[in-house]
Amino acid sequence: MRPVFRLLSNELIERIISEARDILCNLGMEIHNNGVLSMLSDHGAKVDMGTKHVLFTADMIDKALETAPESVKLYDVMGRKTHDLTDHNVYFTPGSAAINILDPESGEIRKPTTADYVEYAKLISRLDNIASQSTAFIPSDVHEKISDSYRLFLSLLYCEKPVVTGAFTIDAFNVMKDLQLAVRGSIDALREKPLTIFSCCPTAPLKWSDVTSQNLVDCAKHFIPVEYISMPLSGFMAPVTLVGSIVQHTAETLSGVVLSQLTQPGTPIIYGGSPAAFDVRYETTPMGAVETQMLDCANNEIGKYLNLPTQAYIALSDAKKLDAQAGLETSMGATLAALAGINNISGPGMLDFESCQSLEKLVVDNEICGMTLRLVRGIEPKEDFPARPIFEELLRDKHLLIANHTRKYLRDEHYFPGAVIDRANSSRWKEEGSLTIGDRAKSEIERLLENYEPTGLSDDVLVEMTQLMKAEAAKFGMNSLPHENL
Amino acid sequence: MELLNQISENLQNGFDEKVAALTKEAVEKQIQPEEILNNGLVAGMNIIGRKFKNHEIFLPDVLLAARAMNCAMEVLKPLLIKEGIPIRGKVVIGSVKDDLHDIGKNLVAILLEGAGFEIIDLGNDVPADKFIRVAREENADVIGMSALLTTTMPVMKKVVDLVKDEGLYGKIKIIVGGAPVSKEYALEIGADAYSFDGANAVETVESFFPKRGS
Repeated sequence: MRPVFRLLSNELIERIISEARDILCNLGMEIHNNGVLSMLSDHGAKVDMGTKHVLFTADMIDKALETAPESVKLYDVMGRKTHDLTDHNVYFTPGSAAINILDPESGEIRKPTTADYVEYAKLISRLDNIASQSTAFIPSDVHEKISDSYRLFLSLLYCEKPVVTGAFTIDAFNVMKDLQLAVRGSIDALREKPLTIFSCCPTAPLKWSDVTSQNLVDCAKHFIPVEYISMPLSGFMAPVTLVGSIVQHTAETLSGVVLSQLTQPGTPIIYGGSPAAFDVRYETTPMGAVETQMLDCANNEIGKYLNLPTQAYIALSDAKKLDAQAGLETSMGATLAALAGINNISGPGMLDFESCQSLEKLVVDNEICGMTLRLVRGIEPKEDFPARPIFEELLRDKHLLIANHTRKYLRDEHYFPGAVIDRANSSRWKEEGSLTIGDRAKSEIERLLENYEPTGLSDDVLVEMTQLMKAEAAKFGMNSLPHENL
Repeated sequence: MELLNQISENLQNGFDEKVAALTKEAVEKQIQPEEILNNGLVAGMNIIGRKFKNHEIFLPDVLLAARAMNCAMEVLKPLLIKEGIPIRGKVVIGSVKDDLHDIGKNLVAILLEGAGFEIIDLGNDVPADKFIRVAREENADVIGMSALLTTTMPVMKKVVDLVKDEGLYGKIKIIVGGAPVSKEYALEIGADAYSFDGANAVETVESFFPKRGS
């Protein structure tokens, strides 16, 4: 039995959805994009072009939910299927778009560079329990107008895993799409085998900006999967109660579903989010708060009820270093997310309210992910009945270390974490240098980077991508790219 | 040599019957038993040991390789003895008097046996004089003792003292282990070595003997 964690009854889910629909149809949203407003108007929505205000119709919400696919599949750079985001399948992806990185040497939080990003992408290629890359942080050594596309470029260059990403401007979408076309060869091939997910964020409460709504439309036109990242803040930009915040999240996310499906019926979408409790003592948005995690799991239940793939920013921490808080918040989030069946679980590596990535933490989190992936496989009998024969064997042979049953099921039944998790007895631990988890993570990173293997992309594709990126950089006065000097 | 490589590879995969058959074939082809031992079997076990240390393989894989080694040794042993080539040593092992815990000791015994040592397991609750008596009777090279209780640890010192009294100190090596035991304690009572786990015990006991193989 696959263990499943639930917070909401179906009755409560139905009530929440109905209240969210009421808000969309009777209170409406603000959408700062005339093209989107016209499209909504063409489909019968009541639009005020002056105030950018729109009232959705029940009919357009119903139709959008009908055409939205119930699964999203992803394929790596080489075209191999890696994800089937549906049902209770779970996959981990690093927390994305941090502005800082935790420097492994000094332990200081600082601005990341291209060199950091390349190390990150290489590292992700070696972490088995993290199924995709995300454009995890923003290199500070390139022009800010290419900081979004350049991340995607580096990711596609150094790691084969599919990429969770997003554009910071309307214009950047084009080169980010073209980079993907270079990898796949054609728009049809990209549609057939999606390579990225674009995160598109509404603004709380009940708004879409020009950029994010346009990104959403552009993705839909090219069948590029999007995940909606609604961010209600309980008690600040959303009702303080969890139910109230979920109603808001549902309304904002449903509006995204409508925009995508009106643009292109059947375009792949993911019911995601990054809601948070608001800590009224520190004026912060704790991602490690249990209420944040409850909101994530509950929103996922709404998405599942609507037959949509789901996502959340949940397996991460607000700590500023790789400490006990980092471990406990990430573990709790990852465990709940996996049990709730959130399909795309974002967070690993992330510290400091989604603003700081850490390679050490990624390596540790990879083990948390491994353990939770084991957890959700549950407990199933495997040649365990009748039980007597194996016990006869145990009593006869005195141990089962080399029994056929052991050999057959050992690696499947038990997850063996990497060297970052300390399972040595204390004497051995001392003998090996009394290393902390940070020390072990550091040497594990070194080992993994030594074992890095370049991607299998052909030289032609690499050249084409590089030309695209250089042309984009040239628009902003950059004649060379930092990765060329590494 | 190709045949010896095959022996090593099959041993690493734990194919005991195949290893025994290849060992017989090597003997028939007039390859020196010592060369078969060192460049086939022990070479394979050395790779296994390294992989185990790097967590590339696990305990069961080590034990399966060890079982293959033992099968081959049944073929080689008489030949080695005939040629006066020393085979791996003999270890008397047990949990000390009043200690009824033996899981750790059993694991060490299994691993040592797997590594090709002859094991005389005295079980648990073993009095000091029994270790020394059996070691003498059996002409053992090593005494291994385990304790899980701080209250039973002094028996280890008693055994070391008895070995000294009998004039066997240095001739019979003494290795100790168990949760409350430490390197410092081992030094303090005059034991030759302390090991923190089974694989470490194998490494330590092996270090008592001249190194073989590549």
